[in-house]
Amino acid sequence: MEKKLEDLQILVNNLTYHYPDGTIALKGVNLNIYSGEIVGIMGKNGAGKSTLIKTFNGLLKPTTGVVYIENDEVNNVLMSKLTKKVGIVFQNPDLQLFANTVEDEIRFSLKNLNFTKIELENQISLTLEKFKLKKFQNRTPFTLSGGEKKRLAIASIMCRNPEIIVFDEPTIGQDAEGVKFIRNLIKEKHSEGKTIIIVTHDIEFAIDNIPRTILMADGLIIADGPTNKILSQDQILNIGYLISPQLIILSKFLIDLKIKVPEDVYIKENMVQFLGSYFKDKMGITEGGKP
Amino acid sequence: MNLIEFQNFCFRYDHSEDFVLKDININIDSGKFILMCGITGSGKTSLVRAMNGLIPQFYHGEIKGNVLVKGKNTKNVPTSTLSRDVGLVFQNPENQLIAMNVEREIAFGPENIGVPWDEMDSRIKECIKITDIEHLRKKAPFEISGGEQQRVAIASILALQPEIIIFDEPTSLLDPKSAIQILNLLKKILLEKKVSTIIVIEHRLDIVLPLADEIILVDKGRILEQGEAHNVINGEKFLNSGVNIPKCVSVFQQLMNQNIFSGKLPISIEETKNLINSIK
Repeated sequence: MEKKLEDLQILVNNLTYHYPDGTIALKGVNLNIYSGEIVGIMGKNGAGKSTLIKTFNGLLKPTTGVVYIENDEVNNVLMSKLTKKVGIVFQNPDLQLFANTVEDEIRFSLKNLNFTKIELENQISLTLEKFKLKKFQNRTPFTLSGGEKKRLAIASIMCRNPEIIVFDEPTIGQDAEGVKFIRNLIKEKHSEGKTIIIVTHDIEFAIDNIPRTILMADGLIIADGPTNKILSQDQILNIGYLISPQLIILSKFLIDLKIKVPEDVYIKENMVQFLGSYFKDKMGITEGGKP
Repeated sequence: MNLIEFQNFCFRYDHSEDFVLKDININIDSGKFILMCGITGSGKTSLVRAMNGLIPQFYHGEIKGNVLVKGKNTKNVPTSTLSRDVGLVFQNPENQLIAMNVEREIAFGPENIGVPWDEMDSRIKECIKITDIEHLRKKAPFEISGGEQQRVAIASILALQPEIIIFDEPTSLLDPKSAIQILNLLKKILLEKKVSTIIVIEHRLDIVLPLADEIILVDKGRILEQGEAHNVINGEKFLNSGVNIPKCVSVFQQLMNQNIFSGKLPISIEETKNLINSIK
């Protein structure tokens, strides 16, 4: 997809951020994110990933440099306007959830969006339904399991329908179904034209679901490109404290054995197909099964 | 010898309608790196809480059956005593670290169980050495990275010299390389016999499976499977349990379904490479 200037949605220019205790978390970040993109942000603990995303909704104000969200410079716009546009689902749901019941958590989130009482109750009910939280609606969030809390935290942001959605480590503590739920949610929001930013350590999730990855180290962006390229370069991986996804390791191994592999063999279905025909060939298997 | 023995154990929290643990009959042996897995809400955390007396002494509810830790019944023996046998390290080390510097943090546990001063120094030194945090000794636990904090949390539990250490998702907050380093550290602690057994709850099976000797698979409050790691991952129950199946396992599972591959599914990248080499 060609990127057009009018689609530029987030522009970060020479951004630095110093925490009050003197820690310099961002040291001059430049970044363009276009409307409708899915972008991953990776990098080791302390690289500045969380600080960067907190500037997108005004939680942190740039020390120097600028951040534009669409036409608004974050320093000159009310945070209430920004938080309607940018929804951040934080890593630790315990820090995000505070209401007495699951239902109230959603109600609070929808509070200032000018719904009538009927619309509000309707919206709450739809959200609970969609995120499979109906059966917990009168429970306190404190008694939910880790995965369920995460789903509630996501629901409380999604119900506001923000244009830009930021997920901070969405797959932590999720089982296969939880991961699939997040994958489908991202697909759905992407098809609605939303911009999605995902901070993650989950290399297997990234390779399957995130086309573009930004790698941060020590307060700077050190790489920006297709996820499969970023996750296959040893030098970049070392700086980012990352490892390659299993199927990239495997495809490199096959290449080292002088076996000719297709470029997209890091995708599971392609690897199955490739190894399938390779095994058949080597073992003399004909159609219909083992020799 | 059985370090922990569950005898027809059932538990229901005061606030929950159903039993969250049902008819649990398992034994935890010594000398094992045990992976505990299962989908969210399956009861993993409740199960480990029952292993050091937090259930029923801190989390109240209805109980049937017994849990014995080295023969001691968790209903009667106080958690302060049980914690000398079973150490628990949580997902987020920030919730666990309290002292002004790393050295004090490690000393806190042993001080509270009355370890004599002359022994204290050697214990701290040893724990610092094993976890490789000499350079952090005088630092405050809140000013070091997540991976470093997790090492400090491990050192502070090791200082209590428990027989069993249970880790509840120890790597979930860490970048992949730090996560592997922490899991390798756990394996090293086990191999060097600093503890008898390690139990790890993990969702990132791709990085933990290569280290596991045994798997306990939990589902809907019951033990679905317990056994040697290869045997468990080759079983239908594991493959259909809804846990995150690593890609190399999943690729060979599909090849097996297509009748192209037969044999044991590879548990790690290394085994996958060997498999490919073997048919070259």
